[in-house]
Amino acid sequence: MSQGFTVHTGRACPLDQANVDTDQIIPKQFLTGVTRAGYGKHLFHDWRYLDLHEKEPNPEFVMNKPEHQGASILLSRENFGCGSSREHAPWALADYGFDVVIATSFADIFYGNCINNQLVPVALSSAQMDTLFALVKATPSLDIVVDLPAQTVSAGNEVFHFDILAHHKNNLIKGLDAIGQTLELNQAIEGYESQQPAWL
Amino acid sequence: MAKTLYDKVWEAHIVDQIGDDSLLYIDRHLIHEVTSPQAFAGLKDKHRKVRRPDRTFGTMDHSISTRSLAIDACGPANALQLQTLATNCEENGITLYPVGHQKQGIVHVMGPELGLIQPGMTVVCGDSHTATHGAFGALAFGIGTSQVEHVLATQTLKQSKAKSMLINVNGSLPVGITAKDIILAIIGKIGHAGATGYVIEYAGEAIRALSMEERMTICNMSIEAGAKAGMVAPDETTFAYLKGREYTPSEHWNDAVAYWKTLYSDDGANFDTVVELEAADIAPQVTWGTNPGQVIGVDVPVPSPDDFSDTVEKESAVKALAYMGLKSGEKLSDLPVSHVFIGSCTNGRIEDLRAAAFIAKQGKVSGDVTAIVVPGSGQVKRQAEEEGLDKIFTDAGFEWRLPGCSMCLGMNDDILQAGDRCASTSNRNFEGRQGRGARTHLVSPAMAAAAAITGRFADVREFQE
Repeated sequence: MSQGFTVHTGRACPLDQANVDTDQIIPKQFLTGVTRAGYGKHLFHDWRYLDLHEKEPNPEFVMNKPEHQGASILLSRENFGCGSSREHAPWALADYGFDVVIATSFADIFYGNCINNQLVPVALSSAQMDTLFALVKATPSLDIVVDLPAQTVSAGNEVFHFDILAHHKNNLIKGLDAIGQTLELNQAIEGYESQQPAWL
Repeated sequence: MAKTLYDKVWEAHIVDQIGDDSLLYIDRHLIHEVTSPQAFAGLKDKHRKVRRPDRTFGTMDHSISTRSLAIDACGPANALQLQTLATNCEENGITLYPVGHQKQGIVHVMGPELGLIQPGMTVVCGDSHTATHGAFGALAFGIGTSQVEHVLATQTLKQSKAKSMLINVNGSLPVGITAKDIILAIIGKIGHAGATGYVIEYAGEAIRALSMEERMTICNMSIEAGAKAGMVAPDETTFAYLKGREYTPSEHWNDAVAYWKTLYSDDGANFDTVVELEAADIAPQVTWGTNPGQVIGVDVPVPSPDDFSDTVEKESAVKALAYMGLKSGEKLSDLPVSHVFIGSCTNGRIEDLRAAAFIAKQGKVSGDVTAIVVPGSGQVKRQAEEEGLDKIFTDAGFEWRLPGCSMCLGMNDDILQAGDRCASTSNRNFEGRQGRGARTHLVSPAMAAAAAITGRFADVREFQE
């Protein structure tokens, strides 16, 4: 990770559905890679394509609609990213071109995986999500502004505040290398190891 | 102050406090082929080393064939991934149980078998079903690949403490009701995201009475309720299971047990949420929808979206019924099944196979059904064969396979076709999980075997002696 995230302005793709699981985000047949790159073309494979070879886009799927091409903010509902721990899910979302996911709530592991990949997860209330979905439905080209330092999402005349843990926010803004930070605590880690019981 | 089991294990692993977060030491790190290659590549890029190869153990499970021991049996991409794991383990001095090794198996089956998981440990793996290991009173949770890399490099993870939930299952289980039915009933009660942000402790008379295998089944599916982890306080059942295993303490056994005996929630310890279930009320469970919380007793008709007051649940039900090809009011006992899968990290252990075999020997696999049994590990397979369970299965028309994750997620060729309906002992009934357009119903091993021989969702209570 290198590039930090501060303020992002972009259009939204409204995936109006609860419990979007990681098997939907990136199905298992695409998990055989050994690198972090190239998962975007398989994002939401089963919903996005009518065929197995990804030649026939499903015109009904929201991401394939002409008005949502180039969207960089994904909107969804409760429990987004539930299921497996596969980091391929945020890799696929980011590789496709999403910088932010705004949803009513997130599954824990997925949320952490987003933080570690500079994909910003924003949780808003159910009523606020209703408003965002309605605004985007009315004006698909609407610019949405996600201001991480200020912890706000702005769309039309609406400004919503969101919560995020201080260290998550800090890491996203600075694009910090989490491992590098921890390695600086090597002395504390060694100290801990030296007092572990003999059987471990 | 009275502490929970979770508090005790958490506090024993704090290396450093960073604001509201703790840097936790990780005692055991399990790795497999799917979620580790990018982590090792990341280390290499930055010229970093694996800090504790002696605390790290690898196995091959997700991407392997259950029909052949050849590493390339499922194509070149799978083979590359498996070979990459082998190379990474070799280069970093990590013990690996590769395909064909007697002790290879699904990571959450072989790890406990080897005695790698002990009470009070912190355990992580790049797999959400790492929650399984909480059955030993360990704090065990699934992590992403960036965190795998972090643990490889530092043997620690920065974590925020979760809320605590106590789930008491009171009384004793009726005949024919299994650990799988308990956990499905729990998820049905609290919902698919009902424990998001929590660590669960399972307690009560019905949990105490369970074997280690059964406790693993329960803890395994904690993630299906959204929980970070699930735990059961260790007791004599735990110590008896652990004694004499390859990686269990021997010289320091008494010291270890003395410590393990301190790992329970103190009287008066505070839980953020408490849930009570009566074991007597639990029927054999079958999922009807596309998340594990959409579950009913086998004798209950398929629900209608109108049964749900919550609009999200109502909309989910509409979508799920359409995907699953079900009508409200339909009886599960009338529903024909095309496939049966017995196995996975949830239900691929010896007791699961015994329970399924008990039913399998009462009939033959129904004409239209394809049924496979996939042992969770090489050790489970060998034990089952010593007991003659393989023979019971094959005589009844089940296929007897090699160990691996198999059809739970179908990263090999064990996949279903659109429209197939599967009674599965696995843990996720998401859309497309076992194959695009395929329909998964989660059940216990006994229920799966009963579905195989009757060709429908039969009530396993009718098969008891």
